[in-house]
Amino acid sequence: MKILGIDGSGLVASVAIVEDDNLIGEYTTGYKKTHSQTLLPMLDELSKMVELDLNTLDAIAVAAGPGSFTGLRIASATAKGLGLSLGCPIVSVPTVDAIAFNLWGSDTLICPIMDARRGQVYTGLYSFEADGQFTVVKPQCAVDFAEIADQINKTGQPVTFLGDGVSVFTDKISELITVPYRFAPAHLNRQHASSVATLGKLYYENGDCEPAADHRPEYLRLSQAERERMEKEGKA
Amino acid sequence: MDTKEIKILAIESSCDETAAAVVINGRDVKSNVISTQIPLHTLYGGVVPEIASRKHIERINQVIEQALDDADMGLDDMDAIAVTYGPGLVGALLVGVAEAKAIAFATGKPLIGVHHIEGHISANYIENKELKPPFLCLVVSGGHTHLVRVADYGKYEILGRTRDDAAGEAFDKVARAIGLGYPGGPKIEKAAHEGDPFAIQFTRPKVTDGVYDFSFSGLKSQVLNYINGAQMKGETINEADVAASFQQTVIDTLCEHAALAIDEFGMTKFAIAGGVASNQTLRAAMVQMCKEKGVEFYHPSPILCTDNAAMIGAAAYYEFLAGRRDGWDLNAIPNLKLGER
Repeated sequence: MKILGIDGSGLVASVAIVEDDNLIGEYTTGYKKTHSQTLLPMLDELSKMVELDLNTLDAIAVAAGPGSFTGLRIASATAKGLGLSLGCPIVSVPTVDAIAFNLWGSDTLICPIMDARRGQVYTGLYSFEADGQFTVVKPQCAVDFAEIADQINKTGQPVTFLGDGVSVFTDKISELITVPYRFAPAHLNRQHASSVATLGKLYYENGDCEPAADHRPEYLRLSQAERERMEKEGKA
Repeated sequence: MDTKEIKILAIESSCDETAAAVVINGRDVKSNVISTQIPLHTLYGGVVPEIASRKHIERINQVIEQALDDADMGLDDMDAIAVTYGPGLVGALLVGVAEAKAIAFATGKPLIGVHHIEGHISANYIENKELKPPFLCLVVSGGHTHLVRVADYGKYEILGRTRDDAAGEAFDKVARAIGLGYPGGPKIEKAAHEGDPFAIQFTRPKVTDGVYDFSFSGLKSQVLNYINGAQMKGETINEADVAASFQQTVIDTLCEHAALAIDEFGMTKFAIAGGVASNQTLRAAMVQMCKEKGVEFYHPSPILCTDNAAMIGAAAYYEFLAGRRDGWDLNAIPNLKLGER
């Protein structure tokens, strides 16, 4: 089984091809260029390097959100265009789940934090059982950092933080977190399409996929205009 | 050149329409699918970029599949994939651009990025099979007001453009001010039918250092001042008269500029394009002006005036013939200039 993974949810652009238990290739950049200029050229280079026949793909796994709205859409539209052309289904992988999956086998709680602006983080809580089972302790969400900090403290368990929100919330972490904590290192602490593809393969094997036409990003947030309209109507 | 038919799948998502079309040899439209978001944006009194982008990604595959179905063709039949890459709303453009790139990549077809305004101009080729450059074209829409000399296929000389608001934008703002709602173009035109176009004398906007340039922001202010002035005096305004007089001033300005360029450049053909080009009063005025000048007048049907992908397919064909091919790093350029590459 061959799965293409795509992640454009943050600053990182990443594409990967996972076949059964092998990572055939991965190309990840954390550079300021827009995903419109990185994702497809990277996929092109990777495909050439590993002589990928796109028609052999079983599914396309995409980090479906949350994340940068525009980045999510570039990744999703890329996945949808490929899916439409290849007749391939799409597996929507929650972005935060995929980041947590980077730390497979960790014996601490795993807490990815992505900067969601307006004082909030996109986050969730995860752990791995002794048998390697990936467990979602708290599903991905958009919350104030204090809220996730409170939940972590209540577990009393050590935690590993990762994600692009770490540098933004370093002060908050040292101020609010009362359990032992640590930070994942550079090679693991951002989005990896190989994690998206590997998790996507698990979902796909469980029949959890959709036609490319039906796929859409999961923003976890309304647009500003919708939010303001609802607030106004709520007050009226 | 051989007689092979060039079939192009074109995609357009620069504003609030998700559109796809199949066009043969730039003139023969096999399908033209448009999924409009207007009702959604009406709630906000105008296009909300983030909502537009979200809608595009929800609809885009269905729209493309419909366009292929309607044309009774598959992706394999296509010779190229074309997409609008600017100007427009960046988030909205990016959906079409990423989608088109992925399709071209997966199918191994050439990718052609198309300028949205070149698309509008090229809409004239579809129903006027005999139309060839050179001709003069006035592009008037919600986002654009350009007077363009089309020297040849793919060769454009901008004679004039708006310095501030686009003509359609002024229609929207005036419509809002007199309480007609969004979208303003059709609403003003309808209201104007009941009004006297000469009831109120608005001054035709002039740009001193550019004879062909437009400025509609000042005209819009004149209308707003008129309305405010009436309100201060406790008078009720005749909305139909305001709409008709405003519309007439816009039309007079557009006609005057076009007529001037026709004379100066000795043009024998004149075309209009863009959403505002479906305004019947504007068309009638242009027909009259062209008749007086002995110039051939061209205009697309309303369905080809609004944002659509058939026009992108028409423009792409001539780019295809000229050998234009884009790479996988094609980006959306929200302020792309006409004739720029």
